[in-house]
Amino acid sequence: MPVNKKIRELQEKREKILLGGGEQAIEKQKAMGKRTARERIMALLDENSFNEYDLFVEHDARDFDMDKKSLPSDGVIIGSGTIYGAPVAIFAQDFTVAGGSLGLMHSRKITKIMDHALKMRMPLIGINDSGGARIQEGVNSLAGYGEIFFRNTISSGVIPQLSVILGPCAGGAVYSPALTDFVFVVDNISKMFITGPEVIKTVLGEEISMEDLGGARVHSEITGNAHFFALSEEECFDQIKKLITFIPWNNGQKARMFEPGEPKPEYDINKIVPEDPTLPYDVKDVIRAIVDNSDFFEIMELYAKNIVIGFGRMGGRTTGFVANQPLEMAGVLDVDSSDKAARFIRYCDAFNIPIITLVDLPGYMPGVDQEHAGVIRHGAKVLYAYSEATVPKLTVILRKAYGGGYIAMSSRHLRADFVFAWPSAEIAVMGPEGAANIIFRKEILSSADPDGMRKQKVEEYKTKFANPYVAASRGYVDAVIEPSETRKFLMHSIEVSENKDVSMPHKKHGLPPF
Amino acid sequence: MNGTIMNKNDKLGFLNIDTSLYQTRISNKFQNRKPYQPADPRIILSFIPGTVLDILVKPGQNVSRGDDLMILDAMKMQNKLKCNMDGKVKSIAVKKGDKVSKGTVLLELE
Repeated sequence: MPVNKKIRELQEKREKILLGGGEQAIEKQKAMGKRTARERIMALLDENSFNEYDLFVEHDARDFDMDKKSLPSDGVIIGSGTIYGAPVAIFAQDFTVAGGSLGLMHSRKITKIMDHALKMRMPLIGINDSGGARIQEGVNSLAGYGEIFFRNTISSGVIPQLSVILGPCAGGAVYSPALTDFVFVVDNISKMFITGPEVIKTVLGEEISMEDLGGARVHSEITGNAHFFALSEEECFDQIKKLITFIPWNNGQKARMFEPGEPKPEYDINKIVPEDPTLPYDVKDVIRAIVDNSDFFEIMELYAKNIVIGFGRMGGRTTGFVANQPLEMAGVLDVDSSDKAARFIRYCDAFNIPIITLVDLPGYMPGVDQEHAGVIRHGAKVLYAYSEATVPKLTVILRKAYGGGYIAMSSRHLRADFVFAWPSAEIAVMGPEGAANIIFRKEILSSADPDGMRKQKVEEYKTKFANPYVAASRGYVDAVIEPSETRKFLMHSIEVSENKDVSMPHKKHGLPPF
Repeated sequence: MNGTIMNKNDKLGFLNIDTSLYQTRISNKFQNRKPYQPADPRIILSFIPGTVLDILVKPGQNVSRGDDLMILDAMKMQNKLKCNMDGKVKSIAVKKGDKVSKGTVLLELE
């Protein structure tokens, strides 16, 4: 079939631009262990699903000899496609073109696809790989960033926004990912910081590598800026694809249903939690003993490990899990774990995902460092997030639920819809040792055998209060259940909560403590 | 990274909450935390990372509350460090041109 001249002209134009920054720049990109922007999009989206827009966009900067420079597609690729059939809007910065630097037209392409995603109510994925502002374009470059941040904020809670850091993301640029729902990083590839090692060296004389300052591990373990850590781009894309299956396309929908499946038999729910409340276990095993196919998709696995958050499915429905982790720091609530949990609870609430809370904690973390770091303010975020959430809230008290920790962890008093407790639950103001020392102080001190008396009083307190039945007698706990009945009770509760509808007093917005 | 029943050989320590001892993993952050020390008004610390631009006092000099002690160049500003008590300069720990990080001891009063 003869190809029309004009069509051939289009093909030639395309081919030239598709090379991005040229073969040399592509070789450099590969030498850093990175894929090109286009390869990344192809690896992430369903085959042949990508439609590209704005391929022919060019900058019109004139200063500093910019008029002599041609930057293909202005260093960013935008378009839409699908992931397992779910529509997604996507942009990927092309480091091979002027270091992926952000100029006015580059930013206009990004904001165009952001507007599109919001209008069409579909998830937005941003792949960041950029040296930062295109300094030659001056304030136009700053304006571009501002327009992106504004849209990130307005779209927040309406469409899912995912940021994938596959290269440098420095200076003001970091605030776009920070405003989005989930940040993905890859070991040795992702670098995020406000001021880089060179500035720090100039100002302070301190030398630090990019990796130690703002590498993937730093943001996954220390800062809490990243939600998913991967060892390769391939693993990272698998994480993104899996996440997309768990979340709805927008805040007006529910996540897609999947074929339900029973948990794997190796997670024996009767054998995971030790009776002694001071002994540890991995609460993720309890989650795996409850969820469909024992498939638990953890979020922020390496940060504030004393609380576990993530998605699983119950009878095919996406469910958010929040669980104290007795294996790490006894599962206490502290500044970091409160922050981690509160944000996740708000995510689930924004996107119609029911929340299951598994409770086993001795309370809030004591210490000068915690108090001075603002554990009051940060801890309050958990109370705020649970109270405000109107999605179905299901709570299972596995073992300890002491003091403020009991109240905070989705208690009846914060309007949990269903509260279940295992027979091993201890719902009390504090642990038996501490409580006995206060309540029976006189008896213990005046006794001829204070240690013996203390032990006796601790036992007395345990029998009387360290159980679920006092709370159950007040209706604070709806049912005391056997561990093996947990999945059944939770599945039923989620089913009957399908059409939950509560209204809140009218307000412009609340004032959560952040 | 996940998918296993808890490893019995995990390194566990103890955490004391309300006089109960909980067996658990202890985070690096908790292990590396600095014990609290009350601030000493006689020790002047840099409140911001920067460069010592000028030192306006000498060891042994009498100073009063509100006197300028030093100029610290930081964040493109020349910041005057003021004396917060009446006393005498005991020692100066830095010299002109030194780059200091936040919390560095600059000067001691007595």
